[in-house]
Amino acid sequence: MLKDLFGKKKKYASIPGENAKKDVPEGLMQKCGGCKKIFYQKELIKNLNVCPECGHHHQISAYDRIHILFDEGSFEEWDKDLLSQNPLQFPQYEEKLEKDRIKTGLNEAVVTGEGKIHESRTAIAIMDSRFRMGSMGSVVGEKIARAIERAREEKMPIIIFTASGGARMQEGILSLMQMAKTSIAIQRLHRENGLFISVMTNPTTGGVSASFASIGDYHFAEPGALIGFAGRRIIEQTIREKLPKDFQTAEFQLKHGQVDKVIPRGEMRDTLGTILDIHGFGGETVESSAGV
Amino acid sequence: MNQVLEFEKPVIELREKIEELKAMTKDSDIDLSDEISKMEERLAKLENDIYGKLKPWDRVQIARHANRPTTLQYIEQLFTNFIEFHGDRLFGDDAAMVAGIAKYKGKPVTIIGHQRGENTKENLKRNFGMAHPEGYRKALRHMKQAEKFNRPIITFIDTKGAYPGKAAEERGQSEAIARNLMEMAGIKVPIICVVIGEGGSGGALGIGVGDRIHMLENSTYSVISPEGAAALLWKDSGQAEKAAKSLRITAPDLKELDVIDEVIPEPLGGAHRDMVTQALSISKVLDKSLRELEEENETSLLEKRWEKYKQIGEVQSSIEKVEV
Ligand SMILES: [Zn+2]
Repeated sequence: MLKDLFGKKKKYASIPGENAKKDVPEGLMQKCGGCKKIFYQKELIKNLNVCPECGHHHQISAYDRIHILFDEGSFEEWDKDLLSQNPLQFPQYEEKLEKDRIKTGLNEAVVTGEGKIHESRTAIAIMDSRFRMGSMGSVVGEKIARAIERAREEKMPIIIFTASGGARMQEGILSLMQMAKTSIAIQRLHRENGLFISVMTNPTTGGVSASFASIGDYHFAEPGALIGFAGRRIIEQTIREKLPKDFQTAEFQLKHGQVDKVIPRGEMRDTLGTILDIHGFGGETVESSAGV
Repeated sequence: MNQVLEFEKPVIELREKIEELKAMTKDSDIDLSDEISKMEERLAKLENDIYGKLKPWDRVQIARHANRPTTLQYIEQLFTNFIEFHGDRLFGDDAAMVAGIAKYKGKPVTIIGHQRGENTKENLKRNFGMAHPEGYRKALRHMKQAEKFNRPIITFIDTKGAYPGKAAEERGQSEAIARNLMEMAGIKVPIICVVIGEGGSGGALGIGVGDRIHMLENSTYSVISPEGAAALLWKDSGQAEKAAKSLRITAPDLKELDVIDEVIPEPLGGAHRDMVTQALSISKVLDKSLRELEEENETSLLEKRWEKYKQIGEVQSSIEKVEV
């Protein structure tokens, strides 16, 4: 069934972010996860969900991120129609999926597509941790692999924003194998000198951290993001030692050589635009290929 | 002394009883041969009942058996002229991962595998087969070398998982595993992976991307340990038995899910009961895989490797299918 779907292209136009903004009622308050100060939610949203006081980066939806990153109206979504099944007949999985679909308005934990950043055309995959903690099952793996393949075929760069607790338990071994699938797709891209920028946001752990997220040409991270392989609690239990507070943060990974640069959300669009330009993707108007 | 697993106790008890009766007849004039042969019949039936219908949790127990043969033991049985090499050239040598070269049926091969200890003392040295980044990087170094000298790679997977430790994180456990997944996709020689014990998540996959993936009948391969899953799902790691079933982690499960190529049969009761026979049945499959893969050129090898993983997973489109 997968083979039938692979290669088929369905395009969607959408203007992400705007609706979410309008929906926020006046006077709604939100406590900062960093300094614990109370802010008007509108004020936080205006500041890209980053605390104006302490710089704490709050969670942001995939569509809001698209809105922040791309030239207006340039984003086109891919494979929005792909839905998860319950291949193992895992108890309560379908109910959980349905709940998250309603809660987030998303079909799955990743949004893929293409758009333009400062006129540079790029493929993109953005994970959304509100959907099953951003975990990677068959659909997430498939959408990401397809986006990478399409970037390779159309000689586009690809940027992937990760936000994931790792492989999705409810799809068992099939989830684990998505690590291989996505990593092989990245290998195929690198083989043809394709550009892959990995941007790790909070959290990037487990099977996502240990696959495509860690094999980019550039590794960026949002300030304070949790990035690591194993969970803190498991490590503490294993080594019988309390871990330092900054363990597995973006800054920790920078210090340990795993991340090229920590980039605040407000600077992300410009930095990515510059990198795309330096790699020769800037400014030119590339015709969107209609398909193979 | 062989560790006795809970589910096989009736078999072991009956077997012991038969041994006792046999010993008695030796020392006396009483003829118990009728009883003994009856009991032996019963034993055969019981063995069939128990070992023939192993539940997922039984297989987990066998996969974790203290006497289950390890990578180095299989290497000794299967290959000649094995030489082990050490170190990742970056940080150190990880004893939880072994790598080396040998001959298989007269032809050179590179062998890589997780290595558990055969006793407590060795397990401490080997970190119970749970590798650090340097283990994965050592493995990769040898895969690259195999590619350079054009010899096939055989990996043995046998780990609870990559080590969840502080130093492992500091040295980039994620990157080490991720790099292996990516690089294994592009290695231009055949890669055959055999899960011989526990295939624990990313730590197993870190040497597990290849052209053929086989599993011993009682080995397991899972995204999370049954205990871990039970703790997450029901806040009770005691429900691991239930989780083992739901997660579908046995070799027959993975075969059914189209993730692996072959289930390699084990001797009755598990590989530890007869390692020599076990090695022979591994060899049969290995030989077949190597012969098949010899036929491929570099391009078709890599293309088929990608196709193999590309098709794994289950997705459904919400819109009507359009035939391409
Ligand atoms: Zn704050």
